[in-house]
Amino acid sequence: MMGEKGMHMTKLRRLFWTTKKEPVGPAAVLLNSLFVVLLWIMLFWISLHAIQVKLDFSFLGEFRFRVWDGFLVTCRLSLFSLILSLMIGVFVAAGQESPLLIARYFCNIYVKFIRGTPLIMQIYLFFYIVGTAWGVQNRFSAGVIILSVFEGAYIAEIIRGSLLSIEASQLEAARAVGFTGGQTVRHVILPQMVARTIPALTGQFASIIKDSSLLSMIAVIELTQTMREISAVNFRLFECYLFLGVLYLCLTLPISLVSERLERKFRYEN
Amino acid sequence: MKIEFENLSKQFEQGRRVLEPLDFSDDVHTMAIIGPSGGGKSTLLRILGGLIAPTTGILRVNGETVETNEAALQKYRRKLGFVFQQGGLFRHMNARANITTPLERVHGFSREEACERAMELLERFGLKDDWKKKPAELSGGQQQRVAIARAVAAKPRLLLLDEPTSALDPEYTTEVLDIVHELKEEGMDFIIVTHEMGFARHACDKIAFLCEGTLMEYGESERIFARPETENLRRFLGKLLQWNV
Repeated sequence: MMGEKGMHMTKLRRLFWTTKKEPVGPAAVLLNSLFVVLLWIMLFWISLHAIQVKLDFSFLGEFRFRVWDGFLVTCRLSLFSLILSLMIGVFVAAGQESPLLIARYFCNIYVKFIRGTPLIMQIYLFFYIVGTAWGVQNRFSAGVIILSVFEGAYIAEIIRGSLLSIEASQLEAARAVGFTGGQTVRHVILPQMVARTIPALTGQFASIIKDSSLLSMIAVIELTQTMREISAVNFRLFECYLFLGVLYLCLTLPISLVSERLERKFRYEN
Repeated sequence: MKIEFENLSKQFEQGRRVLEPLDFSDDVHTMAIIGPSGGGKSTLLRILGGLIAPTTGILRVNGETVETNEAALQKYRRKLGFVFQQGGLFRHMNARANITTPLERVHGFSREEACERAMELLERFGLKDDWKKKPAELSGGQQQRVAIARAVAAKPRLLLLDEPTSALDPEYTTEVLDIVHELKEEGMDFIIVTHEMGFARHACDKIAFLCEGTLMEYGESERIFARPETENLRRFLGKLLQWNV
């Protein structure tokens, strides 16, 4: 038997706890979000207080053009890298499934090497190859190439995974209805692959944006490098990196939201 | 439809021999291929349907030899309709697009003609209101009805069904078999691989009993079920009837 007190307790519990069955009410969302935000602010405030830093963002006005330029460079860098790494990814995925053994092994080793070593090492190493040996003097172009070579390996795995996930029954059905090879690719393989790769590719784009920050190591003047330079002048490290984080979130959060929505949209199986 | 084959056999690359050399010649209208699992039923149906090429031997349909190069097989397949056990519908297309896409791309229908034909069939098979649904949103029985609609849409000269009800719950089996029976009444020729002995006996004129890769018995369905001649067939039928009500 549940008394009035019990009812109140249940209501109170629902404000803070969730089960898989019931949706979370708007009051609970608001209340808990507020608590969490307060918690984070407190955490920051205590930490800053401990080292006696007072936040002062006033310098941002002075540097706003430089920050904006850096932001644009990061956007351009990521966009070009997305396009180039997508091309690399498609070729490498095809190469890994190629009947030609040289192509297959070449692509396999490339993927293994890239995925098995840290980006920062690749940046330093490739900067000498791309920049010095291949004569790409422009740091932005070198940055795009290096980042694309890195991300291409991950994209190749995404594409190959979705290619392998196409069931044999779908291909047999395509043969049975009389499709030619080209028609099978166009009407069966490509649409199914797009549906399976788009959500993961969107997520990878968020990774590209974040990874592009490491190109600051070879002095590509993108967002992170800009902030490093500013903080080197005014010693406002906390403010600079905090604001840097906010700017990256402005780019990556919308993308991961889109990625999640696409995932739901394309989940037509089951 | 006259179907003949001589010395037809199939051995897969791994070396497993699924079909021993077979000879056959008959005028087929409706035929059921029955037999124990692994006996080569699906392989034979796939060879008849031009989906795979035999290792040896030749297949003749209405007196014409079916060439085994991919281009010739593709042309040959376009005159046939296929229904698979499951997963045969394109999962990214809705029910109507599954029917219209092959009509437009393979059989030269215009968009309007293809839609009209698709809706006519879907309505007939009781799926008029479900045309927008993708395969995953349809029940197993509905999926198979769409698959049959797709297979017969271009008016093929022969319909091939590979265990179309094996993956279905019992209550959906009837709705699928009813449609095949209805098509038979309209004069559609078909060959079905099935474990539904009632359907094989009453809806098919001829029965082929395939066991261990050989065509052990062939004949009129009434005769096959009433007086099986080989021990293998007697044992096979006996097992199936063991738990009959």
